[in-house]
Amino acid sequence: MLRDMTIGQYYPGKSLLHQLDPRVKLTGALVFVVSAFLFENWISFAIVTAFLGTCIILSRVPFRYMVKGLKPVVVILILTAVLNLLWTPGEILWQYRFLKITKQGVMNSGYMLVRLIYLVLGTSLMTLTTTPTRLTDGMETGLSWMKLFKVPVHEIAMTMSIALRFIPLLLEETDKIMKAQMARGADFETGNIFRRAKSMVPLLVPLFVSAWRRAGDLAMAMEARCYHGGEGRTKMKPLKYRKKDFCSYGVLSVYLVGLIVIKVIL
Amino acid sequence: MSFIKAVKLVHEYFHRDEDGNVDHIETALDGVSLDIEAGDFIAILGHNGSGKSTLAKHMNAILCPTEGTLWVDGMDTADEDKLWDIRKCAGMVFQNPDNQIIAGIVEEDVGFGPENIGIPTEEIWTRVSNSLQSVHMEKYRTHSPNKLSGGQKQRVAIAGVLAMEPQCIVLDEPTAMLDPMGRKDVIDTVYELNRTKKVTVILITHYMEEVVQADKVFVMDQGRVVMQGTPKQIFSQVDTLKSYQLDVPQVTLLAHELKQAGLNIPDGILTREELTEALCHLS
Repeated sequence: MLRDMTIGQYYPGKSLLHQLDPRVKLTGALVFVVSAFLFENWISFAIVTAFLGTCIILSRVPFRYMVKGLKPVVVILILTAVLNLLWTPGEILWQYRFLKITKQGVMNSGYMLVRLIYLVLGTSLMTLTTTPTRLTDGMETGLSWMKLFKVPVHEIAMTMSIALRFIPLLLEETDKIMKAQMARGADFETGNIFRRAKSMVPLLVPLFVSAWRRAGDLAMAMEARCYHGGEGRTKMKPLKYRKKDFCSYGVLSVYLVGLIVIKVIL
Repeated sequence: MSFIKAVKLVHEYFHRDEDGNVDHIETALDGVSLDIEAGDFIAILGHNGSGKSTLAKHMNAILCPTEGTLWVDGMDTADEDKLWDIRKCAGMVFQNPDNQIIAGIVEEDVGFGPENIGIPTEEIWTRVSNSLQSVHMEKYRTHSPNKLSGGQKQRVAIAGVLAMEPQCIVLDEPTAMLDPMGRKDVIDTVYELNRTKKVTVILITHYMEEVVQADKVFVMDQGRVVMQGTPKQIFSQVDTLKSYQLDVPQVTLLAHELKQAGLNIPDGILTREELTEALCHLS
């Protein structure tokens, strides 16, 4: 189950979306998230869906692979949908004691569900088509103005890219520790939520210890390869805007302005 | 002066208790003196805790000597101004392949070292291609390291060091966590680099089979260099090696046992061919 996480994973490819500048994709993801929360009617909904659909097709990432990324958030999705369904005041469609479903509730929960799914799909599309290094490169250059305020932009970017690289490794390790403890009779699957949470403690301790050890090893390996912070560092893949990047910025602004116009008019 | 020269090198680890007072001192290196010539393939053997990894970390200036001096290409490792030059000159490959790969893509990881030492972009690309080619991993350049086997990951790590164009590579038990196939791949690659690129290699290991083709072997025990010589000289002293808790290659052991049983076989047989030869000459 843990291995199914696709958030933060990279799907190798050479599609248009893979080739775009990470700064464009970061802006794109931001614009998309904003737009997903802007739409309130069927026309905007159709536009947002079409936009996401086109992006998914352009990325050539298999749709099934993307949907797998939704698995870990299924609980949140269901919870949001149910809460919205039952606790929205308005025209009553169905009632049983204190539970009631309203027309507005149905609409709200539907929209909320779609919004959250789009949110996850949109952002994971960005991480799936961008290598962690390029993503953090994009953040580093995009946010370099923050250095004026003594924000350690390079260090934060480096930490993030390392964290992303180690997510699958740590998941694998969790899996291994879990199996080792299950083989000795540990029970992770039965009992209520508190018991299950409690059974996670003996899992977390060895995981932390090994994460510390890994961190020490990695720091040594980085130093051995002359890493000494962002100063005097060159880039293997420096970020340069190309024609497609400017075109994509154009498409993004048309998309956002269009949605705003529709919202204002209707 | 030889390429790497150690004179009476001492390293002590201080173990502290909770109040920060020194609890006890562990001497990991105890007066090590050695000379390594440029272009040689050197193997350092020793069982666990013999100080071989500590010695390796000194060659890359990760550790600083408590006493004594170590020179790498004429640079004193205790000199902080030379720190980055020493690390550029002597690259290091560690035991765990997962914990030394920084980037999520093979080629970006190989480019990490050159980026750190400020190589211009175009040159990084040529260096990355060249070093991936020399470890035969160019097919995997856009892959994620997580999907590679242990041996492949370790070869990527070697490529990462090569891309910094060091004169010397120190490998600290690079095969300890690999399966036999991966082990062979890595060791073959290292020998090939030594032959074709004339890179000085210092291989730290406890697999005897890996050192048979080395130019010179050092055996360490309790922080001291206790034996040194060619593999033939070292492995002809089977009993001495055993007293340092080291094995000899299977063939050598067989030859040794046969000799003790009364057959007329020379000492220091390292390969199956040599043993066959010696046995054929018996009658």
